[in-house]
Amino acid sequence: MSALLDQPTAEVVAARGQRVALRALRSLAYSMLIGLAIVGVTGQRWWPTMVHSVCIGMLCWFFIDLGRVPASRWAHRHAPTDSPEAQSQWPGWPLMMIVIVVGSVLAFTLGSLIAGWLTGTATPGYFRGTLRETVVIGLSSLVPALVMTYWFYSRAVISGQEVAVQTAQRQAAENQLKLLESQLEPHMLFNTLANLRVLIGTDPPRAQLMLDQLIAFLRATLSASRASTHPLSSEFARLADYLALMKVRMGERLQAGFELPPELAALPVPPLLLQPLVENAIKHGLEPNVAGGRITVDAARDGGELVLRVRDTGVGLSESRGDSTRFGLVQVRERLATLYGERATLALSPAPDAGGGTLATIRLPLPVEPA
Amino acid sequence: MDSTALIAEDEPLLAANLQAELARAWPGLRIVANVGHGAAAVEQALALRPEVVFLDIRMPGMTGLEAAQALAEDWPADTPLPLIVFVTAYDQYALQAFEHAAVDYVLKPVQPERLAQTCARAQAALKARREPATGEGTGAAAPAALEATLSQLRSLLGTPGLNVSPPAPQLSVIQASVGAAIHMVPVAEVLYFEAADKYVRVITTQREYLIRSSLRELLPQLDPQRFWQVHRGTVVRADAIATALRDESGKVHLTLRDHADKLVASRLYAHLFKAM
Repeated sequence: MSALLDQPTAEVVAARGQRVALRALRSLAYSMLIGLAIVGVTGQRWWPTMVHSVCIGMLCWFFIDLGRVPASRWAHRHAPTDSPEAQSQWPGWPLMMIVIVVGSVLAFTLGSLIAGWLTGTATPGYFRGTLRETVVIGLSSLVPALVMTYWFYSRAVISGQEVAVQTAQRQAAENQLKLLESQLEPHMLFNTLANLRVLIGTDPPRAQLMLDQLIAFLRATLSASRASTHPLSSEFARLADYLALMKVRMGERLQAGFELPPELAALPVPPLLLQPLVENAIKHGLEPNVAGGRITVDAARDGGELVLRVRDTGVGLSESRGDSTRFGLVQVRERLATLYGERATLALSPAPDAGGGTLATIRLPLPVEPA
Repeated sequence: MDSTALIAEDEPLLAANLQAELARAWPGLRIVANVGHGAAAVEQALALRPEVVFLDIRMPGMTGLEAAQALAEDWPADTPLPLIVFVTAYDQYALQAFEHAAVDYVLKPVQPERLAQTCARAQAALKARREPATGEGTGAAAPAALEATLSQLRSLLGTPGLNVSPPAPQLSVIQASVGAAIHMVPVAEVLYFEAADKYVRVITTQREYLIRSSLRELLPQLDPQRFWQVHRGTVVRADAIATALRDESGKVHLTLRDHADKLVASRLYAHLFKAM
């Protein structure tokens, strides 16, 4: 939204023009209605009354709508240029009241002059009749101006809120889709299915086992967004399913190992938190490596922290191609920040020993209760 | 007459399956090698000279597309280039690019009907190659087929996301370490870049430097108007080239201004050099 307002494109300008034209049309309609009402109540001749009403009404709209722009600019002069306040075209009610009073007095004076000239009839001006007349005449343009301004204002607020809600909904849906797509990576899925298709013909028991692992993996992936935590042992079991699937595909090029101390098995962790890290280890570590390598996932307690590590012996950080999106890492970091704030960290580093490859380390506060 | 083929696929089960499906769809096809990565595919194909090569797109080390490029560049002139069939499970860029370049491809899991079509097309192409049109067409048919294959590969190599990385901020200075010092080499002074294992050689009129980068990473940071890729391992500054001479195999031999080095532009990039 703000990007659009920063540099008004042709479409934005066109949309703005359309909104102005709509307000003008509405003002015209209401001026005519007010004119009709005056004719009905006072029984004056309809033609001059309508001309007066339309002239004054349209000028009211013109001065007030026009005055609103410098007033809002003045009201937001201290706001940073790219903040929503600075982009707003609404100066707030107190300032707007001044704009309305000044605008309607101006409009009435100028409008009666023009209408008088057009119809050849004189209208009592502000200072020609009694005080009571002046007040009544003044109010007759001020009150509709107020009502109209309020009406336009609330419509703008409501449509603005609708736009904000729609934008938020669209963004949420897009994020959800992106997350799902990253979890159910199509390339992985189709390759797995291709392997499954082969095994059905050549090794049915192994095909069945692979299908069971695929089902467990899909079930876990699809329900991960719903459950808030699951035990660390379940996390390791899901990773084992995933790596077993990958092992069918990669054969001897993939070795996997897990180390989970029994006393940590029941600790609750966010579901599939480690999944993107294991996927990265395969995709950026082992897959580019002709010889393949080993992936080790382990858990340990370090004082008040739970340390989860995913380590591969692949091509390492500097060798892996930099063109991949960092979506997996960003996703893990965002989840950690949402659940634990500053107390959880994710670090990616070259593996510290001679085996080479990459080490990803997550540190969570213990007990692992989300903040 | 039997034909020969090579399969390059990193997933062992899928490689075995493709071989089995091919045995059914094309009984006369003899698989001369079954390899698990791109570099082995190039090496074995050059040694065994199969007529058809099945290349998986995603393979460790060297992708199927890079392997195809290497084959097109290094294939000896006395044998026709093998027919290349790409194999992929799912790749949002590849499928569009294959359709666009009219390259034959097979999707995993392999659908027997689809594979049969591919085999029929390949058989027809090989037949046309072996029994060239009568008369004087003999000499012209082969280069035309080769040029068609090369232009398909050029189209694939230029597909964003498939092989080329998105353009990156342009480099103006190459920072090369020489001993303990860092030499700042203005890009404008570079004559050419040459891939050398895990390094890139940077050659200027005065001297040469080694930088720890790959040509693939470097390429998007160079102005494509000024620096031309002429080979999978060579990028040369266009205005440093003095002459270009095409030989009978389709390669173009380049000489440089102010430097004695001779460079070779491969058949894939020979089209860059033509008179205005």
